[in-house]
Amino acid sequence: MSTVLEHLVNQPYKHGFVTEIEAETAPKGLSEDTIRLISAKKNEPEWLLEFRLKAYRHWLTMAEPAWPNVKYPKIDFQDIIYYSAPKPKKLNSMDEVDPELLRTFEKLGVPMNERAALAGVAVDVIFDSVSVATTYKQKLADVGIIFCSISEAVREHPELVRRYLGTVVPSGDNYYAALNSAVFTDGSFCFIPRGVKCPMELSTYFRINTQESGQFERTLIVAEEGASVSYLEGCTAPKFDTNQLHAAVVELVALDNARIKYSTVQNWYAGDERGKGGIYNFVTKRGLCKGVNSHISWTQVETGSAITWKYPSCVLLGENSVGEFYSVALTNHHQQADTGTKMVHIGRDTRSTIVSKGISAGSSNNSYRGLVKIGPKADRARNYSQCDSMLIGARCGANTFPYIQVQNATARVEHEATTSKIGEDQLFYFQSRGVSPEEAVSMIINGFCKDVFQQLPMEFAVEATKLLGLKLEGSVG
Amino acid sequence: MIDPNASVLLEVRGLTATVAGVEILKGIDLTVRAGEVHAIMGPNGSGKSTFARILAGHPAYEVKSGTVRFEDRDLFELAPEERARRGLFLGFQYPVEIPGVSNSAFLRLAYNTVLGARGRDELDPLEFDDLVREKMKLLDIDTSFLDRSVNDGFSGGEKKRNEILQMALLEPRVAILDETDSGLDIDALRVVANGVNHLLTPENACVLVTHYQRLLNYIVPDYVHVMEGGRIIMTGDKALALELEARGYDWVVEAHKGRDKAAA
Repeated sequence: MSTVLEHLVNQPYKHGFVTEIEAETAPKGLSEDTIRLISAKKNEPEWLLEFRLKAYRHWLTMAEPAWPNVKYPKIDFQDIIYYSAPKPKKLNSMDEVDPELLRTFEKLGVPMNERAALAGVAVDVIFDSVSVATTYKQKLADVGIIFCSISEAVREHPELVRRYLGTVVPSGDNYYAALNSAVFTDGSFCFIPRGVKCPMELSTYFRINTQESGQFERTLIVAEEGASVSYLEGCTAPKFDTNQLHAAVVELVALDNARIKYSTVQNWYAGDERGKGGIYNFVTKRGLCKGVNSHISWTQVETGSAITWKYPSCVLLGENSVGEFYSVALTNHHQQADTGTKMVHIGRDTRSTIVSKGISAGSSNNSYRGLVKIGPKADRARNYSQCDSMLIGARCGANTFPYIQVQNATARVEHEATTSKIGEDQLFYFQSRGVSPEEAVSMIINGFCKDVFQQLPMEFAVEATKLLGLKLEGSVG
Repeated sequence: MIDPNASVLLEVRGLTATVAGVEILKGIDLTVRAGEVHAIMGPNGSGKSTFARILAGHPAYEVKSGTVRFEDRDLFELAPEERARRGLFLGFQYPVEIPGVSNSAFLRLAYNTVLGARGRDELDPLEFDDLVREKMKLLDIDTSFLDRSVNDGFSGGEKKRNEILQMALLEPRVAILDETDSGLDIDALRVVANGVNHLLTPENACVLVTHYQRLLNYIVPDYVHVMEGGRIIMTGDKALALELEARGYDWVVEAHKGRDKAAA
């Protein structure tokens, strides 16, 4: 871990539970009234209410997508609570925490003082002027960076939010994005002004209220001309949540010469070994390379959720812009993942790279689904895709669904795919050299994922390595 | 080198084993003492490779009866990795390819695990690099091996050299080489022989499983065993290997049958 991060992480947990909302819960179900209630509770301006209502009306006309290669019971959207105030204390001491969860923290090396907060134990919090979050925020403000919750941004910087919200993922983009646009409760907002290089990795880990963002999270990141930022989402510690359906939207906007790097390590509750419970994660993530020479890079390590439906994408509008997607998706037990990316080349000389590594174990099913689209004006556009699958055991499945649409004869598109298997013979080879099967799997997996891990910020890469080993525990040998 | 007072490293008694329900080994007896070189020869399908893999703990085989002592331990109570840490080494006939795992990282992990278990200090990547390059020079192995993935895209000869390199690094008590010589050109054969001759000391032993006599021109065995139908049916010295080379295996098999009949 970098010393800065270590320092921050090891601070006593001082994040306050900001109570801008009175403790209240809306009745179950979705209607225009629910949306008006959410908007009113948050004191939102009229234009945002209109944005929500428009999305809702559109959503009503849409059908739940049936094309992903995943199976789950029908979701009853009227059986969901769409607005709930931040949850109060759930547990009173660490003694009440699931011992399994504590062992996981132990193995992952989550600092003691973080464990309580992650497990949902109430911690004594004093929100004072020297808290980590405040210091952090001050440092960013000094260079003109805005990093806050999206609710706060709506209040403090309404003109910025209004200018960009919904410009990358329109409110009627797809079923879950429309739902999110109608009912999102919170999320992150990040604005890097012209010419500013963000001096540190921005992480939701350090943002107040992260744990309370709820199931419909909305994130908007804007990098102005020449700006750059590296943003980390999530954390390797398991996230337990009573909400089963999660439908987030993330929008990135990069203007001329701007650079956004977005990294995710996702380890949400995947259900038990028999496939019961677990989170449905239906996310729309998209970046717009709006300006010339702009650059957007997605890196994801997906290990959690019962079902993952997620395609972080890049729209390469600006000439000479670059989109990248590096992904490791691991499924075990009964998890299902249908994930990949879309690279839409519109401008000239745009380039994209896709590196996807899917690992399936247990009875899980792991699909890569990717679209590379080269528009008629995208002269000399280039794409390179590499999709590798690894199978552990005989009950799991891996699929690759590449879609390639080229409308420009000067474009160059390459696609490579491999499938491999960790077999008894490989493990025996390691064992005959003194290495345990667990270590062997971890070494093979790390070798397999190397190209992606190299893209992660250092401290994330270390944790991701450990996490994969942990998730595969007991799946071989 | 035969020394009847040398300690017994490996003692196999009445070993029988099956794979997928088929009996492959039908009662093997073998005693290997420190300082000895044994050659196990025999026609294809006689059970030589099965025997080697069972000793290393391959999960595909089921031991039905018999005992194997490895120094002071019951071999079958030890997991395969535990056997390796205690100094049992199997050089594979067909080493598997492991794409994405760097050979140098793999060798270092194996070295630190096996020799760490015997109390040796762990080597960091730089220290290990010095050691491995020294061994490679000694064995005349190209150092470009280190930067490649384990056996990935290696030619047959390169894979065998990599096995010998591992053997040299892990300093086994008992090295079992399963047809390490098959398919090798004369240069590669010399590398293999050179590796074995470097390894041999009065404290350890080597079991060569081989189809041909050729390797024995470079490594002189103390015992030559002929395996057929899952049994060792004849034991002799280097002269037996030469006779096999000249006359084939049939006469040994016939002689054995004759003996069986006489006994009955």
